Amino acid sequence: MGSNYSTLSKIPNVDDLMQETGFTPAHIVRLYDRFNALDKDKKGHLSPQDFESIKELAMNPIGDRIIGAFFTPGQEVVDFHSFVRILAHFRPVDKNRPRDPNTPEPVNSRTSKLRFAFQLYDQDKDGKISRAELLQVLRSMMEMQVTEEQLESIADRTIQEADLDGDSTISFDEFRKSLEKVNIDHKMSSRFLR
Amino acid sequence: MLLGISFTVWVTLLLVFIIVPAISGVSFGIRRLYMKTLLKIFEWATLRIERGAKEKNHLIYKPNANGIIAKEPTSLEEEIKEIRRSGSNRDLGAASAFEMSDIFYFCRRGVETIMDDEVTKRFSAEELESWNLLTRSNYNFQHISLRLTVLWGLGVLIRYGILLPLRVTLAFTGVGLLVFLTSIIGLLPNGRMKNFLSQKVHLMCYRICVRALTAIITYHDSENKPKNGGICVANHTSPIDVIILASDGCYAMVGQIHGGLMGVIQRSMVKACPHIWFERSEVKDRHLVAKRLSDHVEDTTKLPILIFPEGTCINNTSVMMFKKGSFEIGSTVYPVAIKYDPRFGDAFWNSSKFGMVNYLLRMMSSWAIVCSVWYLPPMSREEGEDAVQFANRVKAAIARQGGLVDLLWDGGLKRGKVKDTFKEEQQKLYSKMLVGTPEDRSRS
Repeated sequence: MGSNYSTLSKIPNVDDLMQETGFTPAHIVRLYDRFNALDKDKKGHLSPQDFESIKELAMNPIGDRIIGAFFTPGQEVVDFHSFVRILAHFRPVDKNRPRDPNTPEPVNSRTSKLRFAFQLYDQDKDGKISRAELLQVLRSMMEMQVTEEQLESIADRTIQEADLDGDSTISFDEFRKSLEKVNIDHKMSSRFLR
Repeated sequence: MLLGISFTVWVTLLLVFIIVPAISGVSFGIRRLYMKTLLKIFEWATLRIERGAKEKNHLIYKPNANGIIAKEPTSLEEEIKEIRRSGSNRDLGAASAFEMSDIFYFCRRGVETIMDDEVTKRFSAEELESWNLLTRSNYNFQHISLRLTVLWGLGVLIRYGILLPLRVTLAFTGVGLLVFLTSIIGLLPNGRMKNFLSQKVHLMCYRICVRALTAIITYHDSENKPKNGGICVANHTSPIDVIILASDGCYAMVGQIHGGLMGVIQRSMVKACPHIWFERSEVKDRHLVAKRLSDHVEDTTKLPILIFPEGTCINNTSVMMFKKGSFEIGSTVYPVAIKYDPRFGDAFWNSSKFGMVNYLLRMMSSWAIVCSVWYLPPMSREEGEDAVQFANRVKAAIARQGGLVDLLWDGGLKRGKVKDTFKEEQQKLYSKMLVGTPEDRSRS
């Protein structure tokens, strides 16, 4: 577990990673240690079981959806780069970023964070949140005693309010519009220590 | 001829400086002097590493005990209300309905636990701020300077060449004497003489074992030491805890009978005075266990029972959930807090990483085991308090005294899965916010 300059050089393409995600070298080193701590069998990548062994994540009602967010469809493992890239969504927004349409959207921008939250709802990744998908999320966040009718009425009301083009699903733009006043930077960012 | 002389000298030294003090309980203070010297050397070593790293412009890994992120201690309700408040202009009275932004709360919390969680880090060794010349606890070791490497090399020589053989000899002596003497005492008829001798023998052998580990222990508040008919509970970091406590007082041990060497020791110990050993099959029967424990405490001629309610070894930065079994018995509880100083050697037994023998070898090749023991005032179950609440009260007292974090988590989480009840708690809280409790719903 040697962690200093020589460790950073062990990680391939670490400069690109830092550029892309905006993490400092100290953060990368910390995340690398965390990655290795979670990778108990020392495979060099993480599988869903490694995430499932995090006790506090198991008690989160949408824990399995969050785990799913790390694995792109078809991929069964997460390497260190992907791990860091996903976590970078939770870096605070860079307020002074120039609005340059030519550079790609940074991974911790407001839009990227919204997209991350959107995919937690949109499990089949068709770009829309259907009524069924909304019901599934509601079911997992609420206790057993809440009835199907109550969940359905909540889901219907939500779609009614957010759905602007009348197709009974919520697209990403409708999602973004309905949340335009929410302080996303604050609520979808973690306070990283120096 | 020369061999004979050096052997005699060696044995005499051993006898004078270690065995005799062990028997009488007196200490020469050699170990404390040793400790102070070591501390000075460690400080120098750490400064040297930092200076060297600065010169070469390397990054130093500063183990941050707080982790990578700062966690907010806000509740589910507060946070979700805040998210909604910022997002809508509507009157808050009507906003007890679901908002799509609610998911942000669960999402962020979930991702934060991926980055850093409270439980996983309790089951791996504590990180140190300074280097103690043991490569096993070093994260920055590189060739910084010749002097440092020489010092480290010297350290290795001393620890493995001198200290380790000495300690192993002592350990064998201590254990051997224990088995031998308790078996002899077992032949005596029951009575005051037997108890007296048994206590003396136990104390002496444990003290030899303490010196076998070079354990430097500071006992606080000895006026609160456990008395007969009581139960002593302590936080658990390693099997050495038993040796540390038993070298200062006499206890009845509780545990499962093992095979091999441990079994031999257990069987001979019980000849001299009553300990409570269970067969593996009996351990599952909670009523049987409770009955044997309460029978023991009712007999005031028998020694206080020593129990570790966490059920497993924790890394000495926190205290985890106490199992309520020992708190249901109804006798006085004497809490004891044990805190190890990790600078000299990490006492935590990570049983998934090291077996027992490996662990003991690591212990004996560290510099020393330094710890503090606080005897807390006795506590009893109060009116209207159930066993779980009592257990938590005792746990909080121990955590506070030892400077450890008081956690609600179950030490069994080291191996098992989280019970669904935790997730259901979260779901219940959230449902309450949106649709009220089941009672409200059935009314409307």
